[in-house]
Amino acid sequence: MPLVGCHHCDAVLVEPEVPDGGAAICQRCGGTLFRRQRATVEITLALSTAAAILFVVANAYPFLSFEMQGQTTRTTLSSGVFALWDGGRYVIALLVLGTTVIAPALQIGLMLYVLAPLHFHRPAPFAVEAFRLVERCRPWSMIEVFLIGIFVAVVKLSDMAEIVPGIALWAFGLLIPILAGGTSFLDAELVWREIGDLD
Amino acid sequence: MSALDPTLTSAIGPHAQCHVCNLVVGVPEGPTDGLACPRCRTALHRRKPESLSRTWSLLIAAAICYVPANLYPVMEVTTLGVSQADTILSGVIYLAAHGTWPLAVIVFIASVIVPVAKIVALGYLALSVQRASQWRPRDRARLYRIVEQVGRWSMVDVYVVTILVALVHLGSLANVEARVGGFYFGAVVVLTMFAAESFDPRLIWDQLIDDADRDAQKAGGDDDGG
Repeated sequence: MPLVGCHHCDAVLVEPEVPDGGAAICQRCGGTLFRRQRATVEITLALSTAAAILFVVANAYPFLSFEMQGQTTRTTLSSGVFALWDGGRYVIALLVLGTTVIAPALQIGLMLYVLAPLHFHRPAPFAVEAFRLVERCRPWSMIEVFLIGIFVAVVKLSDMAEIVPGIALWAFGLLIPILAGGTSFLDAELVWREIGDLD
Repeated sequence: MSALDPTLTSAIGPHAQCHVCNLVVGVPEGPTDGLACPRCRTALHRRKPESLSRTWSLLIAAAICYVPANLYPVMEVTTLGVSQADTILSGVIYLAAHGTWPLAVIVFIASVIVPVAKIVALGYLALSVQRASQWRPRDRARLYRIVEQVGRWSMVDVYVVTILVALVHLGSLANVEARVGGFYFGAVVVLTMFAAESFDPRLIWDQLIDDADRDAQKAGGDDDGG
């Protein structure tokens, strides 16, 4: 009789039968107990691979360029961080770096590191630590918020100069639903059963 | 016993649920010091440690930072030698005045409403736990989950400043510089995110479990009497 705990209210329940793709909801508090996704390793692995490629594009190319009286400036993710750092705004620079570069990179990279070997049914060394870090990074990865920030910036600059979207902007736009899919298709319980210290 | 019977909580005896991998582990009565999850090796706790005092201190710090975050400018825009300092609120007013209402509403909600609502909601939740409130636990649990989800959207303004600073540096022609308000604003977002993480929603239910036990004892006592 496998037990499942609700991490929202600490109710302990007998694990219900959940159809593939479904979610179990706690009867007491209404929180999601878990999502059942039997092919979680394959689906999440595919989405993480796509996310990794898009994330590299999103970082390597400028997402906006700004033209004013014949002068052009471009910005990539990291050039924004550098500009803040040069202006002496070290804490904000680190906050932006952490939430738009480091946290998403760790989330995508470590997910690939944990899941790719699992596809061949052999856990990677330190998979437990890596997957723990994935779960910790999730709330701090804010790519989708950054995209709204880009839209706001475009509106603010639009009557000052000409704004041209760059290739990285499209990469951002694609990356967001893929990252969201990666989270909703992840059945963390199945992954923990595979990589954890229990049999 | 039906498959989804929450009363199992009291039936299985002393236990702890791993914060990271959600495994339910039977643990001896008393403090859980030094116990680790057998599956993922994370330290086990029945409840998040020092949950209420951590939540309160982070909330108070966030409320203090909220004042300079709104009073000080987040950036200074210079065009053709004329400088203008922008606060969070004047940025929203600018967006509204330039006819982009939907965006102005989003930024107003994300930057002005959400941080205050988050501080008030978490403060209310912490207070309701301290007062052993019996009022609508399911709705309070839902409120906590909403607070946990929406906090990140307040970062929008920090990113806007970042992008403007990176794009607009054409010397005297046009230049944008970050100002100290952004630091306090970022601090509000980070502190409230940590406050949400410190609060343990299971505390909402602890008082109710006690009540169920009390009822059960009372019912048991009646049975004995009869």
